[in-house]
Amino acid sequence: MSAILPLSVRGLTFRADGRALLDDVSFDVEPGGCVAIMGPNGAGKSLTLRLLHGLAAPSAGAVLWQGPRAAEARMHQAMVFQRPILLRRSAAANIDYALSVRGVAKAKRAERVAEALEQAGLAELRDRNARVLSGGERQLLALARASALNPEVLFLDEPTASLAPAAAKRVEQAIVAIHAAGTTIVMATHDLGQARRLADEILFLQDGRLVERAAASAFFAAPKSREAHAYLKGELL
Amino acid sequence: MREIAEGFAAALKMIARLDADLVQIVLLSVRVSLSAVILASLVALPLGAALAVFRFPGRRAVVVLVNALMGLPPVVVGLVVYLFLSRSGPLGFLGWLFTPAAMIAAQTVLVIPLIAAVARQSIAELWTEYEDELRSLGVGPLRTLATLIWDGRFALLTAVLAGFGRAAAEVGAVIMVGGNIAHVTRVMTTSIALETAKGELALAMGLGILLMAISLAVNIAAYAINEAARGRAAPEKA
Ligand SMILES: Nc1ncnc2c1ncn2[C@@H]1O[C@H](COP(=O)(O)OP(=O)(O)OP(=O)(O)O)[C@@H](O)[C@H]1O
Ligand SMILES: [Mg+2]
Repeated sequence: MSAILPLSVRGLTFRADGRALLDDVSFDVEPGGCVAIMGPNGAGKSLTLRLLHGLAAPSAGAVLWQGPRAAEARMHQAMVFQRPILLRRSAAANIDYALSVRGVAKAKRAERVAEALEQAGLAELRDRNARVLSGGERQLLALARASALNPEVLFLDEPTASLAPAAAKRVEQAIVAIHAAGTTIVMATHDLGQARRLADEILFLQDGRLVERAAASAFFAAPKSREAHAYLKGELL
Repeated sequence: MREIAEGFAAALKMIARLDADLVQIVLLSVRVSLSAVILASLVALPLGAALAVFRFPGRRAVVVLVNALMGLPPVVVGLVVYLFLSRSGPLGFLGWLFTPAAMIAAQTVLVIPLIAAVARQSIAELWTEYEDELRSLGVGPLRTLATLIWDGRFALLTAVLAGFGRAAAEVGAVIMVGGNIAHVTRVMTTSIALETAKGELALAMGLGILLMAISLAVNIAAYAINEAARGRAAPEKA
C-alpha cells in the first residue's frame, strides 16, 4: 500500500541569479521502480533530487505526491547525499538517531540498529565514530541509516561516485536489497554500468532540461536524442 | 624590592598552610563564577544555537547586539544589576543585594553575551555541515538545537571556559553588587584590590598567584579537552 506514491512532477523549474538551472521538467514515478537520473556534470541531477525531497523550493512547477500521506511526504522518504552527511557520533548512534527522529520507539530501536549494521556489513564498526570512517564505510553507513527508516522512496545522489570497485559493489548490493524489499529508488548516477544494472527507467538531463525519458533497456540499446547518444558515446570512451 | 620578596614569601606560606581566610575567599570565588557560568550557559548555548540556525526578521540585528554586548564593561553590568536588585528596584524584594546571589546574577549577565557569541559561531559551522541531513530526516526545531549543542559540545566547552575566565577575573560588577563584605561577599579579585589598597601585599599576592593558577588550569583543561576530542576523531591505529 503506497503512502505517498505515485509522484507527478510538473513543469519543475528552478532559477538562481536569473539562470534556469532546471527548466520545465515533467515526469512521473510509479511505485516499485528504480529511476536513474543521468547527465553530464552540472546538468541538474542533484538539484532535481533536492527539489523532489523538498529540500529546495521550485521557482515554478510542482512536485506532487499523490498518495494518502502526501502532506508529510518527506517522512516517508530518505536521502543519501552526494557527500554523505554523518553525525559526529558512533555508527550505531547515527542510525539510532534517525530512527528516533522518525518516531521509532526506543525499545525497538536497538534491534533495528543492529540489523541495519549487520546487513551493511558494518557490525564491527558499530562503536566507531562516524568521523573516522573511510569513504566507502561512510557511504555504506549512510545507506544503512536511510534504509533502516524503511522509506517508501529513497533518493541516492551518486552513491558510488568516489568508491573503489569493491566498495562500489557492496553499495550496489545494498541498493538491490533495499529495492527488492519494496522501496522505490530515484538515483543520480554517472556510472553507465550501474544504471544498466540497477535502473529500469532513465531520465536524461542536460543543462537543466529533461532531454530524454525512456525504459533503461531502450535507452541503452538506442537512445533517441542526439544529446544522450553523444553522452553515452563519450562516457564509454 | 625587599617588600615584594617578603610579600611573595608570606603569600606562599599562606597558600602552603591553607590560610582560612584565603581558602574561604577562593571557594566563594569559584562557587560564584561556576554558578554564574552554568546559569549563563543554560541561556547562552540555546540562544547562540538559535541565532545560528533560525532565520527570522531582525536576526542580524540581534547578532550584532550580542557581539557588541560581549565587550560590555563590567561596571555597567554592575550598575544595571544593582539598579534591579536595589530596594526600590524591580527585583528588590529578593533581598539579594550584597549577597553572593547578587554576584552570581551580575556575572551571569556579564558572560551570557560572550558565551552566546562564541557558541553561535561554532554552531553555525556545524549547522552548515548538518543542515541537509537534519532537514531530510525531518528533525524539529528544538531537537535541532539540542543535536547541534550536543554534537558541538567540545567546541562549546571552549566558549563556556572563556566565560568562566571572564567571570572569575572581573572586579567591577561584583564589588558593586556584592559590597566586598569580609567573610560574606569577598572574592579573589575584590580582595586583591582591597588588600593592595591597604598595603597588605601578602594576602593580595597569595590570591593573585591562585587566581593565575586557576586561570591556567582552566586553559589547560580547555586545551586537553580539545585534544581529547581531536584524538577521538583521529584514525585508530590498527
Ligand atoms: N542553490 C543554488 N544556487 C545557485 N546555483 C545552483 C544551486 N544549486 C545548484 N546550482 C547550480 O546548478 C547546476 C546544477 O547543479 P547540480 O548539482 O544539480 O548538478 P549535477 O547534475 O548534480 O552535477 P554533478 O554530476 O557534478 O553532481 C550547477 O551549475 C550548480 O552550480
Ligand atoms: Mg550532483
